[in-house]
Amino acid sequence: MTHLTADREACRGAGQCTRLAPALFDQDDDTGLVVLLTDSPTEAQLPTARHAASFCPTGAITLSPP
Amino acid sequence: MQAPVVYPSKREGPLEPPAEFAVLRQGPPVWMVVPGRKPCWLVTRFEDARALLGDRRISSDDTRADYPQMAAVPPGLLSFLRMDDPRHGTIRRLLTPEFTVRRISALRTAIEDAADGLLDELAAGPRPVDLIAHYALPLPSLVICRLLGVPFEDHEFFQSRSAAIMSYDDPPEVGGRAMLELGDYLGRLIDAKTREPSDDMLGRVIAKAGADVSREDLVGIARLLIVAGHETTANMLGVSVLALLQHPDQLAALRADPTIIQNAVEELLRHQTIVQAAVARTATEDIDVGGVTIAAGDGVIVAVQSANRDETVAEDPDRLDLTRPPTRHLAFGHGAHQCLGQALARLELDIGLTRLFSRLPSLALAASHLPQARETAAVYGLHDLQVTW
Repeated sequence: MTHLTADREACRGAGQCTRLAPALFDQDDDTGLVVLLTDSPTEAQLPTARHAASFCPTGAITLSPP
Repeated sequence: MQAPVVYPSKREGPLEPPAEFAVLRQGPPVWMVVPGRKPCWLVTRFEDARALLGDRRISSDDTRADYPQMAAVPPGLLSFLRMDDPRHGTIRRLLTPEFTVRRISALRTAIEDAADGLLDELAAGPRPVDLIAHYALPLPSLVICRLLGVPFEDHEFFQSRSAAIMSYDDPPEVGGRAMLELGDYLGRLIDAKTREPSDDMLGRVIAKAGADVSREDLVGIARLLIVAGHETTANMLGVSVLALLQHPDQLAALRADPTIIQNAVEELLRHQTIVQAAVARTATEDIDVGGVTIAAGDGVIVAVQSANRDETVAEDPDRLDLTRPPTRHLAFGHGAHQCLGQALARLELDIGLTRLFSRLPSLALAASHLPQARETAAVYGLHDLQVTW
């Protein structure tokens, strides 16, 4: 099972993840920072999760194993 | 060591980035001459640019003596754009809830109405007409003024002061004066909103600002948002219209399937990156970039408009292809400073182009018109774009 994490300390609220993968990521209304909608993406969601992670400007999104 | 290069600015045409970049991209970062300063590095390749912008060992602080400022703006006036963390994060986080994807999406109808209003006036007026002055500039100007809670009646004042800091041929005094005038105006507005709280972005930021955020900080934030709101989308919209008119096959593809607009906007951002000399950093430690060492204290200009024409970001990168799969272009930068307003910029471009070409389907360049370009501006754009229909 691949584990998805988002580091809110590193997040600067650019919103790339929410734009590219709205089923996996959201932005907190009060802070604008990343909110993870699931930490266990399905096999079918993995390409989208990787795509979003590769676009994050601060490397705040990680998948393990990648 | 090779002789330093001069920053490439001469274009063969208004849609072609300076040809020297293609030569520079064959190698690692090079030394570049900056008049009146010590040379700094020029980064032109995609992977080098992306790695450097994502590196925590670089500084955006323009009050450092070794910061390689190219635009005509004195240090310390562009708020968190020119700060480092943790201060950068503190100020930016006052604004991040204002620019979320959800919050910006909710503006769609208001932006469509603004575009339609401008197009009503345009359609009723004489032809040819300058699309920059009558559409590309007033649309984002209306949007940012309403969003911030700044009177749009004063937009000519904002537009002229915002434009004054852009030329890297001008001495910093020129931009400094404009920034002070803008600051005086916005300071009075902030005082009024402090006395009488308003439900707009400036009002909310004032209410939320803690003791560590001064009036001067608030003025800086407001000024940056005004400048960024005027100088980016407006120029990108103008250049995008020209690019589509000059690539009729691409415009036809967009007309045939308007649902590709979001992809089209990404490709236009990549192909016609308007930020050209504004991404400046200083190395705080020695950093290896593409085989050279950028030493602590060295300045760096990251040419994102060159990086976005690199073959590693897109196949056949000089070709405008609105149906291209998404690229990791650097039009909004990369790293902690990546554009805060990118969702707004995307939405304005989406609506601005969609509404324009559906309302005026026969839009064309005015006969024999050659648009004048802002070649030596930190943010590229067109001075005018005469169109008819």
